[in-house]
Amino acid sequence: MVTKKRTRKPLPAPSEWTFELIETYQKEIQRVAEAYGLDTYPNQIEMITAEQMMDAYASVGMPVNYHHWSFGKQFIATEKSYRRGQMGLAYEIVINSNPCISYLMEENTLPMQALVIAHAAYGHNSFFKGNYLFRTWTNADAIIDYLIFARNFLSECEERYGEEAVELLLDSCHALMSVGVDRYKRPPKLSIEKEKMRQKEREDYLQSQVNDLWRTLPQLEARASQQNERRFPPEPEENLLYFLEKNAPLLEPWQREVVRIVRKVSQYFFPQRQTQVMNEGWATYWHYTLLNTLYDEGLLADSFMMEFLHSHTNVVMQPPYNAAWYRGINPYALGFAMWTDIRRICESPSDEDRRWFPDIAGSNWRETFDFAMRNFKDESFIAQFLSPKLMRELRMFAIQDDDREARLKITAIHDDAGYQRLRESLSEQYNLGAREPNVQVWNVDVRGDRTLTLRHQSYKRRPLGTTSPEMLRHIARLWGFTVKLETVDDDGKVLLVRECRPDKTADLSRAA
Amino acid sequence: MVRIVDRRFDSKNKSAVNRQRFMRRFKGQIRKAVADAIDGRSIKDLDKGESVSIPSKDLSEPHFQHGEGGVWDQVHTGNDQFSSGDEVNRPQGGGGGGGGGSGASEDAASEDDFVFQLSREEFLDIFFDDLALPNLVKTQLAKIPEYKSQRAGFSADGVPANLNLVRSMRSALGRRLALGSPYNARLRELHAEIAELEALTPRDEERILALKEEAGRLRAKLERIPFLDTFDLRYNNRIRLPQPSTQAVMFCLMDVSGSMDEEKKATAKRFFMLLYLFLTRTYEQIEVVFIRHHTVAKEVDEENFFHSRESGGTVVSSALDLMRDIIQERYASGLWNIYGAQASDGDNWENDSPRCRELLSSAILPFVQFLAYIEITPGEPQNLWREYEKLLGTHSNFAMQRIENYGDIYPVFRELFKKTLL
Repeated sequence: MVTKKRTRKPLPAPSEWTFELIETYQKEIQRVAEAYGLDTYPNQIEMITAEQMMDAYASVGMPVNYHHWSFGKQFIATEKSYRRGQMGLAYEIVINSNPCISYLMEENTLPMQALVIAHAAYGHNSFFKGNYLFRTWTNADAIIDYLIFARNFLSECEERYGEEAVELLLDSCHALMSVGVDRYKRPPKLSIEKEKMRQKEREDYLQSQVNDLWRTLPQLEARASQQNERRFPPEPEENLLYFLEKNAPLLEPWQREVVRIVRKVSQYFFPQRQTQVMNEGWATYWHYTLLNTLYDEGLLADSFMMEFLHSHTNVVMQPPYNAAWYRGINPYALGFAMWTDIRRICESPSDEDRRWFPDIAGSNWRETFDFAMRNFKDESFIAQFLSPKLMRELRMFAIQDDDREARLKITAIHDDAGYQRLRESLSEQYNLGAREPNVQVWNVDVRGDRTLTLRHQSYKRRPLGTTSPEMLRHIARLWGFTVKLETVDDDGKVLLVRECRPDKTADLSRAA
Repeated sequence: MVRIVDRRFDSKNKSAVNRQRFMRRFKGQIRKAVADAIDGRSIKDLDKGESVSIPSKDLSEPHFQHGEGGVWDQVHTGNDQFSSGDEVNRPQGGGGGGGGGSGASEDAASEDDFVFQLSREEFLDIFFDDLALPNLVKTQLAKIPEYKSQRAGFSADGVPANLNLVRSMRSALGRRLALGSPYNARLRELHAEIAELEALTPRDEERILALKEEAGRLRAKLERIPFLDTFDLRYNNRIRLPQPSTQAVMFCLMDVSGSMDEEKKATAKRFFMLLYLFLTRTYEQIEVVFIRHHTVAKEVDEENFFHSRESGGTVVSSALDLMRDIIQERYASGLWNIYGAQASDGDNWENDSPRCRELLSSAILPFVQFLAYIEITPGEPQNLWREYEKLLGTHSNFAMQRIENYGDIYPVFRELFKKTLL
């Protein structure tokens, strides 16, 4: 810590918090955050109990959500490990909404509350507001309203069509959540009034579209199109939920709406999955910086600082690969180290840094931070900013596991020959496209038996997991006709993996 | 602008609905777990929650995943020994330090069972469900012991309906007496003095007038004392007392001859459990006596009662003899409520059955509150059943039932229940 002249009297620092104290600390943190130029949504800080925290946990952190057994399962699991003391609850949950809602837990001490305010209400909040993925894919103004709409709509459906029918449908949709996102298209903005107004319209319109697609009356153009074998969809579709919502022949209008709701929620969480390292690192960097600034001003007592540093150190710990508690790379540790390192490159670059980062070495660190925070996701952030110095510090090494080889191979370590490859490997590791199997809608046999063909594009010979048969059953349930899954191997050869007919007993339209 | 909101007192248990959905969804597995738990529990031990475990694979939520195989590149930290191009053996057991990829290690972790705690209510609910209990009975049984409201003197506050008139008026009278007595004493003095003065001649008119005025003031003061003050009100006081509980003893009699297999014993166990549960609602302290028999009867502990195997013929009267002896020896005084439950497959030695009936009607039924006999057999009624049937008309504290599955158990209790409800 830099020893500056500490001018002001420290704020009171008992370990018990009160609302007045939280207010005081909040004001100071806000002042410093604004001085650093953090641009945030307005903050709403909510004090909740451990039990409420578990509730929030169980419904993926959202204050409102529809009902589903999987949330119950999540709740039971959380409660169990919390009661047994295996796991402390997260200190905070923060919701990407406007105003940005951060939950503080009653049980925490005052220094912890201050840490959470700095971390969530200023760190995460500014990231939500600035990062391009969140700006593009999520609409902070409307998400709470949309979830209220979703919950009401689903409970209406439960009343009308039975809880079981809705549950089965949700099961299938949830299974497809990870392949229910657009990676490239921009989403339209949502708002509750528009949603409600357009929902009815959409029902009628969608139904008519689908019917048209399946028109069986002979048409003049049919002869012409038979010759050049019309394909549907014309381009492969990566968003399976979108495709099913728009094109599944047998879905009722309300079922399409449910598919849409799950798809929207999935899309909303997509940016969080893509920016884990950046986002957590950013928030951690800022709670560290903001509180240290306050300390340097003389506002924080030493006892406060000790407790804060203790928690902070736990969060950013990165055990080595051979430690018993090693669970891969800790995103908090990597993120925090990278942001700290970027500031170092800006403020006191070495020759190596000047060679590797000619653009940012010696630049204004706040501007560089802002640029990096706004325009990257984990994959590109690491590819762009992971420095050789950091790789050395973390003593990184890359392992290749090739199932055709008898042994694992160390492909790169933290030396001159390895920096580039390490950086690429790590960046690749955070590429969701490579982490999850690439399954797309390939073709529909429009003229024949309506069989839906999906294609899995194999990557580095990685096969599909054991869940595929079950996944096909879910897709067949939504599609209503036979579903085929093909794998295209790395040489471009197409192999049929499996086929699944819809199970008539679990037929959605019958359940409805 | 920052808002700080206190939500701690907002609705809790938002996830209760989701928990219910979860329970409903996995009813089959949970029910099986509960059945297993019952088999493992002591019959006195029914009245609490249970941890239930469900195989994780049953409740997985599938996603498209990579399987093992192919090429995986993985970056790790803390290199202490490797250089580029080194080769190392695959770590055993997948996951861990080396390759395998995240997909594989997640699989390994999820093999464990999903264990969670059922609350007492949830547990009993499922237990009752199997036994096809009517709802009224379910609530009766699941209820925490009843309280009885009892008079406990009087209190200074209460609701108007509980106002005690006599006490209130008495207290008002006392207050009036106490407050008025100084004035009354002075008034008596004045009257005496006035009478004295009036008897004198010449009369001191001025003095008399002054005294009369004072007497008038005192009377006015006396009248201003309120007839009834809120201070005087007395209410009947009632307190809640746990219902007087007495002690009971429950005899479990079971045939353990070769023809009673594990399944029949499991049915009998549920029957005993349910009886025990009924009794715990009425009696605070219950002793359980286990008697098992084939050709000879023996008093045993619970473990041996349910789990040891015997073989050979059956002489039911041996158990009844033993029960009679134990009653006379230990529970003869009027302090004990005696209940009996007998389970058998009804296959008794032919000449013994009339003796059993004889024993019951003369030496046992007169002393017990209730005795239930269940015959666990899918076939024709056996000789013991026919003998026992003769008892039904003459003894109201005897019930019998033939049982093929769990759902048949309850009707026996209807008999018992009619009594305790009244």
